[in-house]
Amino acid sequence: MLLVRSSHARFGWRLRLLGGNAALTIGALIVLGWLVVALTAPLIAPYDPIFQDATARLQSPGWLHPFGTDNFGRDVFARVLWGARIDLQISFLGVIFPFMIGASVGAIAGYFGGVVDMLLMRIIDIVLAFPFLVLMLAIIAILGPGLSSFYIAMALVGWISYARLVRSQVLVLKHADFAVAARSLGFGHMRIMGRHLLPNAILGSVVFSMSDAVLVLLNGAAISYLGLGVQPPVAEWGIMVAEGQGFITTAWWITAFPGIAIVSLAMGFSFLADGLGEWLGVRE
Amino acid sequence: MHRYRFVLYRPLQLIPVLFGISVITFVLVRSIPGDPARVLLGPRSTPDAIARIRAQFGLDEPLWVQYLYFLKNLFHGEMGKSILYKIDVLKVLTTRIEPTLVLVFGAVLIALLLAVPLAALSARYKGRLADHLVRLFSTAGLGFPPFWLGIMLIILFSVVLDVLPTSGYGRDFGDKLHHMILPCLTMALPLAAVLTRNLRAAMLAELASDQVVAVRARGLPETIVFWRHVLPNSLVPAINLLAVNIGWLIGGSVVIESVFAVPGMGQLLVRGIFTRDYMVVQGVAMVFACASVLINFLADILTVAVDPRVRL
Repeated sequence: MLLVRSSHARFGWRLRLLGGNAALTIGALIVLGWLVVALTAPLIAPYDPIFQDATARLQSPGWLHPFGTDNFGRDVFARVLWGARIDLQISFLGVIFPFMIGASVGAIAGYFGGVVDMLLMRIIDIVLAFPFLVLMLAIIAILGPGLSSFYIAMALVGWISYARLVRSQVLVLKHADFAVAARSLGFGHMRIMGRHLLPNAILGSVVFSMSDAVLVLLNGAAISYLGLGVQPPVAEWGIMVAEGQGFITTAWWITAFPGIAIVSLAMGFSFLADGLGEWLGVRE
Repeated sequence: MHRYRFVLYRPLQLIPVLFGISVITFVLVRSIPGDPARVLLGPRSTPDAIARIRAQFGLDEPLWVQYLYFLKNLFHGEMGKSILYKIDVLKVLTTRIEPTLVLVFGAVLIALLLAVPLAALSARYKGRLADHLVRLFSTAGLGFPPFWLGIMLIILFSVVLDVLPTSGYGRDFGDKLHHMILPCLTMALPLAAVLTRNLRAAMLAELASDQVVAVRARGLPETIVFWRHVLPNSLVPAINLLAVNIGWLIGGSVVIESVFAVPGMGQLLVRGIFTRDYMVVQGVAMVFACASVLINFLADILTVAVDPRVRL
């Protein structure tokens, strides 16, 4: 159940920013921390993430290499820091494209109803029949492996959840007093939808997008792990885990550290989702 | 038997969805750039084979006729020939179903065995240390990438403790079970996290319900209250949760089969993508989609069967 607020109430929230909400504070700190790491990686990384040092292969964590080195002699710590750039990009773009497509489609379907809405719901039923990752992999199979294929597949499959969320909200909100008032003032459909309905309908989706970021991050890393996303020698956490898998008996650090990085960012997003939901009074 | 009437008409609702699944898989494979016959046969195709494929799929006809050919082949149990395996995809698939089934059902079983006691513990001692620990597990469990969790479990159980095999699939029954413990456990942990959260909420609601108060008032011991009244009622939403998450489980099986080199359908899918064996990709996607539709249908029936209050 979503708590509905009028569109102008949004501005009051900034005042209570981070006040008394532990989950939100912790989540925001983790995600902001990784964002800073991603932005400053070229400055703070002690080594070049793709530089191969033949004399320093498979070294265990120590003073010179805090997270050790991999089988090519690349510094795992530097690669984890640089990986944040790609994995944050995956979480961000993998959420924002489906969000925008889904919110627009959901708003239009919910607002106009009728044949458009019915057609959309049938399409959603069918796409939902496919296991998410399987449909994504099938699309990537057609487009060929790579990060851009991942984003396209994500946009084609991921919009569904946002469309359903926004649609169900718009269905309720379009009969609310303020929407009826806007209509009686003679505003156009685009203005009513864009300025009055969407700002109110979108809150639930904003909170959902944070928990969605967890899934997008894990899926993106999994697809790179399978070798179908980011291609070597780029430093990305999923692909680093895959590259280290052959050395788990001798060099656990190659797989362990990028995995811990994924877990920490994923936890950051889920704390952010919980905290944001509590803060905005939105319950999924 | 009035409440089972939907068993007769609910399958009719499946028809448009199954139809849609066939359209999407058809469109997917036809959106590959280039001559479909050449693409489907791979780089070493002979003119003779190309002509045969053109006839079989009606590639010179308009697109909607091609779709009808595709449906016709499907009804004859033909999904098209795999480039890699040189036989029909359906035949390849049948040899791959068992490991995937074992993986998914094993994971669900382990997840339930973990989630029921954890949720009961958490609900019984709400607000105490045990509850906080269980809730930490159910929050953290979802944030673990399954492929990484699998590798960490391999390091623990295969490398350090040396009690379980690192990968592969055994020959006889016992050997297979031995090989599947780690893959199932890897998949079960995040699932158990979701289930625990859901079961805990259901149990708390059940513990506060009138019927539990009534049972307690009759002086029945807590164990009977739990086993006879709280648990059965809390499991109904869990069945639905499992069914809703079946797509997520199948997706997870694809990744986990790759981690542990389990020769199931997921591994077939990934290998199909790398070898550009599009017929295999199409076949696996279609079977997985139909399976998830079917499981949701069965879950609906099961829900009605165990809970007389539910009407569909």
